[in-house]
Amino acid sequence: MNKNNCQLSTVNCHLISKSYGVVKALENISFEVEKGEIFGIIGPDGAGKTTLFRILTTLILADSGTATVDGRDVVKEYNEIRKHVGYMPGRFSLYQDLTVEENLDVFAKVFNTSIEENYHLIKDIYVQIEPFKKRRAGKLSGGMKQKLALCCALIHKPSVLFLDEPTTGVDPVSRKEFWEMLKRLKNEGITILVSTPYMDEAALCDRIALIQNGQFLKIETPENIVNQFAQELWTVKGVQMSKLLNDLRQYEHIRTCFAFGDTHHITLESNMSTVENLQDYLQTKGHLQVEIKPTKASIEDCFMELTFEKSESYD
Amino acid sequence: MKQFAAFVKKEFRHILRDHWTMIILLVLPILMVILFGYGISTEVKNTRFAVLDPSRDVVTQGIVNKLATSEYFILGDYLTSESQIEQCFTHSNYGLVLVFGNRFGEQIMDPDGVQIQLIADGSDPNTASILTTYASSLISLYAKELSKEDEKALLISPQVKLLFNPSMKNSFNTVPGIMGVIIILICALMTSVSLTREKEHGTMEVLLVSPMRPFLIIFSKMIPYFCISLVNLSTILLLSHYMLGVPIVGSFGLVVLISLIYIFVSLALGLFISTVAEKQIVALLISGAGLMLPVVYLSGMMFPLESMPVALQWFANIIPAKWFIIAMRNVMIKGLGITSVLREIIILVGMGSLIVFASIKRFKIRLE
Amino acid sequence: MTSIGTDKTTQQIGKVIWAENLCKKFGAFTAVDHISFEIEKGEIFGFLGANGAGKTTAMRMLTGLSKPTSGKGVVAGFDINTQSEQIKKNIGYMSQKFALYEDLKVWENIRLYAGIYGVPKKEIAPRTDDLLHRLGFEKEKDTLVKSLPLGWKQKLAFSVAIFHEPKIVFLDEPTGGVDPAARRNFWEMIYQAADRGITVFVTTHYMDEAEYCNRVSIMVDGRIDALDTPKNLKDQFNASTMDEVFHHLARKSTRNAD
Repeated sequence: MNKNNCQLSTVNCHLISKSYGVVKALENISFEVEKGEIFGIIGPDGAGKTTLFRILTTLILADSGTATVDGRDVVKEYNEIRKHVGYMPGRFSLYQDLTVEENLDVFAKVFNTSIEENYHLIKDIYVQIEPFKKRRAGKLSGGMKQKLALCCALIHKPSVLFLDEPTTGVDPVSRKEFWEMLKRLKNEGITILVSTPYMDEAALCDRIALIQNGQFLKIETPENIVNQFAQELWTVKGVQMSKLLNDLRQYEHIRTCFAFGDTHHITLESNMSTVENLQDYLQTKGHLQVEIKPTKASIEDCFMELTFEKSESYD
Repeated sequence: MKQFAAFVKKEFRHILRDHWTMIILLVLPILMVILFGYGISTEVKNTRFAVLDPSRDVVTQGIVNKLATSEYFILGDYLTSESQIEQCFTHSNYGLVLVFGNRFGEQIMDPDGVQIQLIADGSDPNTASILTTYASSLISLYAKELSKEDEKALLISPQVKLLFNPSMKNSFNTVPGIMGVIIILICALMTSVSLTREKEHGTMEVLLVSPMRPFLIIFSKMIPYFCISLVNLSTILLLSHYMLGVPIVGSFGLVVLISLIYIFVSLALGLFISTVAEKQIVALLISGAGLMLPVVYLSGMMFPLESMPVALQWFANIIPAKWFIIAMRNVMIKGLGITSVLREIIILVGMGSLIVFASIKRFKIRLE
Repeated sequence: MTSIGTDKTTQQIGKVIWAENLCKKFGAFTAVDHISFEIEKGEIFGFLGANGAGKTTAMRMLTGLSKPTSGKGVVAGFDINTQSEQIKKNIGYMSQKFALYEDLKVWENIRLYAGIYGVPKKEIAPRTDDLLHRLGFEKEKDTLVKSLPLGWKQKLAFSVAIFHEPKIVFLDEPTGGVDPAARRNFWEMIYQAADRGITVFVTTHYMDEAEYCNRVSIMVDGRIDALDTPKNLKDQFNASTMDEVFHHLARKSTRNAD
């Protein structure tokens, strides 16, 4: 990336590492997020997402590496950063004994602003919880809590919004609504860093980083990640899905094999075997009406493939 | 400033909505005062007293009768010599000995008044102070009655003498002690929990990523608890005065001033604890159990510091309760003025400022 | 096995869970609104619904933690209205929030749960070794649970929940936050348990996991609005994935907050 682009980047992370005792939470993480981008950090619990967010929001110090947010250094200029970013931690972190309205008011004033000043930003979200504005935050449902927390993180019109697993434990419908809100915020020019363990949410980001064991597996647009899937991927469907999975695993030229909803996704050691060979093999195992079709990889396929490649390269 | 005001408002809401904690905070001091007070007042009922009365006149008889007919005292033996006094406490269970001078009844007309000695067992200072005070007030009551008859002011000043523990000269020394303990425990408890609660609930994480400065967070936590402490202070003072009958001899304003400074120190101490503790339970243990022992044992509330090893006496100096109790005894009981407690006031203000400064310094601006 | 009434015994045969018009009210609010369903032995039953649809409340009634306001139910052969203690002994339970004691070692956790559920003392040691062997955890026997990776914890928690061979195991969002490969691993364990005859009652927010269930129910506003095999549900709603089915049903919700 050339210098021009660097100036545009809102978040800049260079070789960040962090260990807790012997556990390496983050290892040489480098990436940039451009202004107005929705950047997703996608990976399972314990992959290092929260540690990364805390370093970028100046809450903890990295062991090595540098990072800037909005052009400010996360260590030296932490006070400035704290004025200009919005942060929603993974755990619900509002005052449970205060009402919806009171929570919003406290956070507005803490950031030296008022609800009225930036109401346009939160309006779309706030109207959904407004009927409950006299209710204590602790008594809200999961989806409502997320919306309120988002309002509180937005109320000072931050330039960058850090959302650490905002949709964890939230049902698919509320999750979809939540992502629609993020799209609208992006249109307001807010840069959004969001982490999630749900792979299906990756498609809603402009760019994503897949993270596993403290390392980025890949940083790309969701389309490119899927397009760069180097293997031929097949779906296999049969009558006895459980037995089919076991028999597929037994097949000598199988490369990877995962259950995937109502089908199994497999890749073959392509120079060793063809789909026809597999079909024959399954027939000898007693599987009738087996459907094998080529399919396009999903982000989840890519994640598992990248994890697989990584473990292969270690062996 | 808007930031600060909003935060103070938020703190008030936390407190007012947590009914149970609120009730405990307000009732606990009442219970403690009543418990101490009740424990003391039951003990003095039907205490036997002996009399050494070389005068044997109408006035001494009257005083003895006044005591004997009260519910607190039962008349025992008349002694014949001073040498018997000590035996009253060591071999018989007397609580009090009344010693009159020669020709007591005649001297009572002196404009300088007359002296009467009240001797109690100082090894049990609580009881001793209660007994001597009751006896003193009964005697003054008698003097008043006598004055009315004669239409002339009479003055009988009881002189208290404690055997076995002569340093405890005045009655009710324990009440400032009780105040010292209650205030520091409750104040430190309240503030230490309130900041750790934010850590435990994760709200601290959000506050840290905001322009809210540490000193604002710390001071805004102090204000509501300061108000609660004012309520507690008034209940303690009212109960002490009306239930335990403790006189406020010195300036009431000065008593309040010293108490307010002490409350400030105690609240600050709690906040300091909460900058160290990560969990509410730890904060509770430190401010409850951790403070209780040194405050009770080393403040001079129960045990005279003079009889302790030098090292402990030195250590006692860093305990705010010690200075508060000294100051309160001087003002409340002895009736001394501000100059006599200037040293204590300066020490307390210094301690408070130091603790606040340390809290702000120790306040973690990050999560680790 | 204790039966509830002779008229019901015929219906109960082969049914591990049987619920009829179960209802739970909190004041004026009906959290669970007359739900009825039956679950067969060895079935994997997916219990889906939006946040606040009443899943947790329903699950609490079935696990004997809360009494229904009205309605009847039998779990593992015991009446949920009167025999909640027996129910608790005959089921396994695992949730994402509470699974294992983090500050105990792996074998200590296993022994603790075995003890709680009354596994005979002399069986505990050999079965513990057997379990650790099957999981490939032999080396981790003396490891504190908190230092295990999340995927391993979930597997261990599940194994512990079925260590006493319960008739039925309740899984409350067991795979939340687990990486994709570990999530699939976990489901293979569920299949193995079901093959052994253990009935699995599972909630999840991953819609692809709904496909792994034999049958799926979808709760909306306290009612069960759909209950069938994933294939039939997709056909019924003319949808290609369970995700679409779920969106179709959950959109109708009028309940805003629980």
